[in-house]
Amino acid sequence: MNAAEVLRFALRGLAANKMRSALTMLGILIGVAAVILLVAVGEGSSQQIQQNIQRLGANSLTVTPSTSGGGGGPGGGFARGFGGGGGGGGGGTQAGRQNTGPRTQAKDLTVDDARALADPANAPSVKSVSPVVTAQSQTATYEGASHSISQLVGTYPSYFEASNKPVVKGAYFYNDDVLAARKVVVIGQTVAENLFGTVDPLGKQITVSGVPFTVVGVLKEAGSSGFQDADDVAIAPLPAVQQSLTGFGPLGQILVQAKSAEAVDAAQTEVTEVLNQRHGITGSASADYRILNQATLQETVSAATGTFTVLLGAVAAISLLVGGIGITNIMLVTVTERTREIGIRKAIGAPKGAILGQFLAEATMLSLVGGLLGVLIAVIGAQFTIAGVQPVIVPTSIALALGVSVAIGLFFGSYPANRAAGLRPIEALRFE
Amino acid sequence: MRAGPQQVLDRPVLDPPVLDLGHVTKVYGEGETAVRALRGVSLRVERGDYVAIMGASGSGKSTLMNIIGCLDVPSGGSYHLDGTDVGGLDERRLAVVRNRKLGFVFQSFNLIPRMSALANVELPLAYGGVKAAERRRRALAALDRVGLAERVHHQPNELSGGQQQRVAVARALVTAPTLLLADEPTGALDSKSSEDVMNIFDRLSASGRTLVVITHEEEVAAHAKRVVRLMDGQIVEDVRTTPVDGLPPRLAEVAS
Repeated sequence: MNAAEVLRFALRGLAANKMRSALTMLGILIGVAAVILLVAVGEGSSQQIQQNIQRLGANSLTVTPSTSGGGGGPGGGFARGFGGGGGGGGGGTQAGRQNTGPRTQAKDLTVDDARALADPANAPSVKSVSPVVTAQSQTATYEGASHSISQLVGTYPSYFEASNKPVVKGAYFYNDDVLAARKVVVIGQTVAENLFGTVDPLGKQITVSGVPFTVVGVLKEAGSSGFQDADDVAIAPLPAVQQSLTGFGPLGQILVQAKSAEAVDAAQTEVTEVLNQRHGITGSASADYRILNQATLQETVSAATGTFTVLLGAVAAISLLVGGIGITNIMLVTVTERTREIGIRKAIGAPKGAILGQFLAEATMLSLVGGLLGVLIAVIGAQFTIAGVQPVIVPTSIALALGVSVAIGLFFGSYPANRAAGLRPIEALRFE
Repeated sequence: MRAGPQQVLDRPVLDPPVLDLGHVTKVYGEGETAVRALRGVSLRVERGDYVAIMGASGSGKSTLMNIIGCLDVPSGGSYHLDGTDVGGLDERRLAVVRNRKLGFVFQSFNLIPRMSALANVELPLAYGGVKAAERRRRALAALDRVGLAERVHHQPNELSGGQQQRVAVARALVTAPTLLLADEPTGALDSKSSEDVMNIFDRLSASGRTLVVITHEEEVAAHAKRVVRLMDGQIVEDVRTTPVDGLPPRLAEVAS
C-alpha cells in the first residue's frame, strides 16, 4: 500500500461523486481566490497610492499656510489628492494685527520666506525652494479652442524637479524668464490636447483670462490621480502669473526640495526653524504654516493601506474557513455513506492507516485541487481592473492560501477520516 | 506460534488445526437485557476440511461467523486461528490476520462499487503490500479460476448476481488464505448461480483448501464433508459425511 495507491483510491472516491466533489471544491476555490484577489487588490491600491505620492515629488516638503482665519485668499487653496492640507490659506492679513489670541499673528507665506529658506547658511539640507501661487480654473483659449485649466501654477524653474514634473516636449522656462516676468508657460498633456489637438503647441500663443502666454514646453503625462487630473495643469513663471492673474498676494505654498532622501527630516527641521523665526512663533504658540513631508505621508499611508490589506485578507480567510467546514461536512457524509465499503475494506484486511490515509487524501485532494483552481481564478481575475484598482498579486499570498487550503483539508478531513478508520468492521458491515 | 499444553498432547505441534475454538461465548448487552448469542462453542477444523455450519436464524451462526472471521471478539473462551491466539491481537494485527489468513464470501457479495472486478480482486493484495505486477497476475489467475477471465474489467453493477459472487470468491481466494469463510454464499442467488458457486467450492475443497460455509440450506450443506448444527448458541449436532482428506461428497459421487 504505497502513497500512489492511496491517492488512486482517493481519486476514485472523489470521482464517484463528481457533483458533490465539485461543489465542495468550489467552497475552497472561492476562499482561496478571495484571499489572493483581495490581498492583490489591497496591494494594488497601496502601490497606486504610493505612486501618487511619489508623483508629488521626491524628497520634497510642501509648506502651506495654516490659519484659523479661513476665507481662502486668491493664491491659496492648493488641494491635492492626499494631505490636501492648508485648504484656505492667505486669510492671515484679515486676522487682525491687534488680535491677542493664543497666536500672536498669523503671517502669510511670502517670497521673502522662500528666499530665506533658499539661503544655505540657514538651511544647509535644502536643495531648492520654489514659491508657488496657484490660479484655479483659468480659461485658456487658442484659435477658438477653449479649455478651463484646473490649475495654473506660477513658480520658479526648480519646481519642475521638486514636484517631479518632467517636460517631454520643448523646454522648461529659466530663471531669466522669472526675472523678466516673461509670459511663457509649460502645459500639461490634457491642456495640450484640448487646446491644440494634433497641432504642435510649441511656440504658439494661448490666452489665459485675456493674458497671452507663449507655450514653451509640454509636461510628461502623469495620469490621473484619483479624482484629479494631474495633467490638467499649466506652469508659468511666478511673477508673470502674479502680474496678470493672482496679484502679488501671499504664496499658496512653498515647495522645498531636500538634498537627498536622508536629508528630508533635517530639511524639515531647518525649514521649521527658519519659518518660526521669521513668523515670530515661539514656545507654545502654534505655527501659522504646516509642512507636508512626503516621506512621512508615505509611511502613514503605507501603514494605513497595510491595515486595509490585512483586513481584506481576514475577511477572505473567513470564507476559506467556511470552505474548510464544507469539507468536513461532505467528508462526514461520505464516510457515513461509505460505511459499508469501509467495512468491506476492513474485512479483507485494510489496516487502519490505509483507511485513514484514503479519507485524508480525499479531503486534502478536495482542498488542494480547489485551492489550485482558486489560484488560477485569482491570477486570471487579477488581470482585470477591480473598482479602479489594478490588483497586484503578492506571491506569498498564493503560497499562504494554498498552504492553508491543504492544511484545512488535513485538519478538517482528519475528524471524518478518523471516524472512518475507527469503525469496527462488524458494525460497518452491518450498516445499511 | 505458541502451542498450549493441550495441543502438545493431542497432535503434532507443527500442524495446528486451522480453527480451534475453545468454549467460546458471546454476550450482547448487559444486565437483564443481555443476549447470550453463543453459550460455549468448541469447534476444531483440520486443514483441508469442508465444514457447513447450519442453524435457523437466531441460532448464533452469524455471531460465530463474525468471531471466526476476526470481525468480532468473543466475550469468553479461546480462539486459535492457524495456531495464532487471535484473542490477544490488537486491531492492527487483526487486520493483518484477516488479510493473510482469511478469505470472506458474503451473502450480499460486498464488492466495492465503481471498481472493476479486477480491482476488487486486487484489493486484498494491495492491502497486503503485494507489488502491482504480481498483484495483477494473481488477480487474473483467481478470476480465471472462477471462470470470469472475460469480465475482469466489468464493474459490479455490470455483472449478474452469480458473477458478482464469483468475483467475491476470487477476491477471497487471491491471497491464498488458510481459511475460506462463506456466509450464506448462495442466499441471494438463483439455483443455477448457486450451483456454479457451490461447484467452485467443491473444486477448491478438492484442491485442499479449508472451507467453512455458514448456511441454512440443506442443499448447500450437502456439499460439505462435515455438517455442524447450531441451536440457541450451542452445537447440537456434528456429523462427518466424508473424511477430511477425501473428495467432497458431490465430487466423490461423480468420481465413483
